[in-house]
Amino acid sequence: MAFPEILDARSLRQGIDGFVNQLVIDYADSLERLSQPLLTFLVSVEQLLRNSPWYLVIAALAAIAWFGSRRWPLVVGVTLLMLFIGVIGQWDRGMQTLALMIVALIMCLIVGIPVGVLMSLSERFRKIALPILDVMQTMPSFVYLIPVVMLFGLGKVPALIATIVYAVPPLIRLTDLGIRLVDHSVMEAATAFGATRRQKLLGVQLPLALPNIMAGINQTTMMALSMVVVASMIGARGLGQEVLAGINRLEVGRGLLAGLAIVALAILFDRVTQAYGKRLQYPKQGDK
Amino acid sequence: MAKIEISGIYKIFGPNPKRHLQAIKKGLSKDELLADSGHTLGLQDVNLSIEEGELFVIMGLSGSGKSTLIRHINRLIDPTSGSIRIDGENVLNLRQDELIQLRRHKMSMVFQRFALFPHKTVLDNVAYGLTVQGIDKKNARVIATDWLEQVGLQGFGDQHPHELSGGMQQRVGLARALATNPDILLMDEAFSALDPLIRKEMQDLLMKLQQQLHKTIVFITHDLDEALRLGNRIAILKDGALVQQGDPQDILLSPQTDYVADFVKDVNRGKVLKARHVLAKPVSTLSTGTTVAKARDWMMRHGFDYATVLEGNYLKGIVTLNNLQSATQETLRESVSPVTSVLESADLESLMPRMIRDTAPIAVTTDTGEFVGWVSRTKVIRLISPAQAIDREASLTEPVE
Ligand SMILES: Nc1ncnc2c1ncn2[C@@H]1O[C@H](COP(=O)(O)OP(=O)(O)OP(=O)(O)O)[C@@H](O)[C@H]1O
Ligand SMILES: [Mg+2]
Repeated sequence: MAFPEILDARSLRQGIDGFVNQLVIDYADSLERLSQPLLTFLVSVEQLLRNSPWYLVIAALAAIAWFGSRRWPLVVGVTLLMLFIGVIGQWDRGMQTLALMIVALIMCLIVGIPVGVLMSLSERFRKIALPILDVMQTMPSFVYLIPVVMLFGLGKVPALIATIVYAVPPLIRLTDLGIRLVDHSVMEAATAFGATRRQKLLGVQLPLALPNIMAGINQTTMMALSMVVVASMIGARGLGQEVLAGINRLEVGRGLLAGLAIVALAILFDRVTQAYGKRLQYPKQGDK
Repeated sequence: MAKIEISGIYKIFGPNPKRHLQAIKKGLSKDELLADSGHTLGLQDVNLSIEEGELFVIMGLSGSGKSTLIRHINRLIDPTSGSIRIDGENVLNLRQDELIQLRRHKMSMVFQRFALFPHKTVLDNVAYGLTVQGIDKKNARVIATDWLEQVGLQGFGDQHPHELSGGMQQRVGLARALATNPDILLMDEAFSALDPLIRKEMQDLLMKLQQQLHKTIVFITHDLDEALRLGNRIAILKDGALVQQGDPQDILLSPQTDYVADFVKDVNRGKVLKARHVLAKPVSTLSTGTTVAKARDWMMRHGFDYATVLEGNYLKGIVTLNNLQSATQETLRESVSPVTSVLESADLESLMPRMIRDTAPIAVTTDTGEFVGWVSRTKVIRLISPAQAIDREASLTEPVE
C-alpha cells in the first residue's frame, strides 16, 4: 500500500536544489580560492614524485623505512614493493596516488591531532564530537562524494577533501584515546611539579600518546588508500582511475594490475607506520 | 608559625559536595552519606599543624583518606571547606599561576607507584622539576646528576625507568623530588610498594638525607613500624577523621581508641623503640674541672649516689659518692669511672642483653658522641610490656639510676 503523501517530495527536492545552487553561487568562488593552496600543494608533490628518477624515490622511501623501524628486512621489503609497482607498469599512476596519499595524510595530521587533543581536554567537546565521528565512520564512502562535489565540483581538490574527511576519524579517536590513557599518576606527578597545561600536553601527554597516535595514523592511511578508487570517480588521478576504467570497460587485466599496485602501497604504508609505532611503545613501569 | 597549617578540612567526593556539608558537620557518618546520596566522605574536620623541619607521619588503613589529605597540601585536590596555610599563606586563595609557582619551588612529591616519566631517561626524570621551572636543559642536568649521586644512582642517568628495579626507581623519585630544593616533601606511601629489605634501605636513605637537609616532610604510610622509625610526630586517620596525633611513644603507649590500639597491638616494640625513647636526662651534670669538695657537697645536698661527669658535650663517666669520700685529688678528673654507652638510634632489643648482664648504667650518645642521657630501666620495662596507660608525668622526672 502506498504511504500517504504528507510532504510534497517534489517541492522538497526543488527546495534543496535551490538551496544548494544558491550556496554554490554565493560561495563557489571563495571556496575555490580557499582550496587553491591545497591544489598547489598537491600538484607540487605530484610533480616532484613523477619527475624524480624512480630510484631516488625508492631510495627516499627506503630511508624513511629505515629511520622508522631500524630493521633491515623492512627496508628490503619496501624496496621490493616499490620495484614491483614499477615492474607491472604502474609507476607513474602509483606516483599520482602516492602524492594524493601523502598530501591527504599531512592534512589529516594537521586536522586530526589538534581535534583529538581538544577532545581529550574538553568533556563537552567530546560529547559533541563523538556522535559526529560515529556517523562519519558508519557512512559509506560514496556518501562523502555528494556534498563535496556539490561544493567543489569535480577535480583533484574535491577528491582530496573527500579522502581527508573519510580518513581522519580514526586518527582523531586514537589521539583522544592515547592522551586519556596516559597513566593518571604520571599526570599527577607532572602537576605536582608545577607543570602548566601546555607543558603537560607537549612534554608528557603527547609523547606518551604517540604509540596510539601512530596506530591512528596507520588506520587513517589505510582508509585513505581504500578511498583512492572511490575518489577517482570524482577526478582523482592515478591507480584508482585505472581500476575504475578496468571495471567500466570490463578489462580485468587493467583493473587487476592497478589493484595489485594499490595493495602494494597499502602493505608498505601499513608495515612502516606499524613498525614505527612499535618502536615508540614504552614498557609500562612496574612490569619488568 | 607552623610550616603547614591545616584547619577544618572537609572533603566530600561527588557531584554536589557542598549540599551535604551541613549534614556531615551535624554528624552524619561516612556510610550513611554514601547510602543516602552516593557521595563519599573523604575527610572530616581535619586539623593539623606541621612544624618546619619535622618529619610528620600520617597513618591509617586503606581508604582512610591519607592520599586525599596529602593531596590537599599541594592542592591536587581542593577541599569542600576549610583552609590550608603554608608559611602562613592560605593556598586556597592562590591564583592558578601562583599555585604553579608554589608547586615548582616550595614543595614536591614522591608517589607510591613512583610515577616516573617512562619516556624520559632517569636523568631527565630527575631534572623534570627544574626544566618545568624554565632552567635550561644543560644546567638542569648538572644539578640532576648531583642528586642522582646523592641517592646512590650515579651512572644510571642514561637508562630509562623501566630498566631499574623498584627500589632504584623510587630513588629516582626521591631525587626528582629533592632536585628542586623544596622546603616541603610530600611522600604518599613512598616506600609501600617495595619489599622489606629495600624499604629499610630507603628509610635509612631518607633519614640520612633528612639529617643534612632538614626538610619539612609529610610522610604517609600504613605501616606502623615505618611510622615509628621515621616519624617525629604521627597522626592517625580513620574514615577521614583524625583519631589521635602525638609523638611515637604517645601513640604506642597510650592509644586513645580501639582503632589505634589495634594498630599498635602487634608491633615489635623491642625493634621499634630506640634508646632515645627511654632516655632519662640527669637533672644536672658535673664537669671534669669541678673540685671534689664542691661535687661532694652538691651530691650530698641533693641526695645523689651517682653523678654524671661531662667534658664539654662529651661524656667522661660517672662519679659515686663513695669514691669521692675517699678521693684525695683536687678535681673530679681522676675519680671518674668509665661507663658503657650506646647510640640513641640503638633499638631496645640490642640493649636488653647488656641490661640483664649487669646493673651498671648505660649512657646514650648521638652519632657524633655527644651525651644525651641515660637508659632508664623503668622506662624500658614499661615500654616493652604490653600496652597500658602509664603515668608519664612520673617517668619524666625520674632520677638517674
Ligand atoms: N576521586 C575520588 N572520587 C570519589 N571518591 C574518592 C576519590 N578519591 C578518593 N575517594 C574516596 O575517599 C576515601 C579516601 O581515599 P584515599 O585514597 O585518600 O585513601 P587512602 O587512605 O590513601 O587509602 P590507600 O591506603 O588505599 O591508598 C575512599 O573512601 C575513597 O573511595
Ligand atoms: Mg593512598
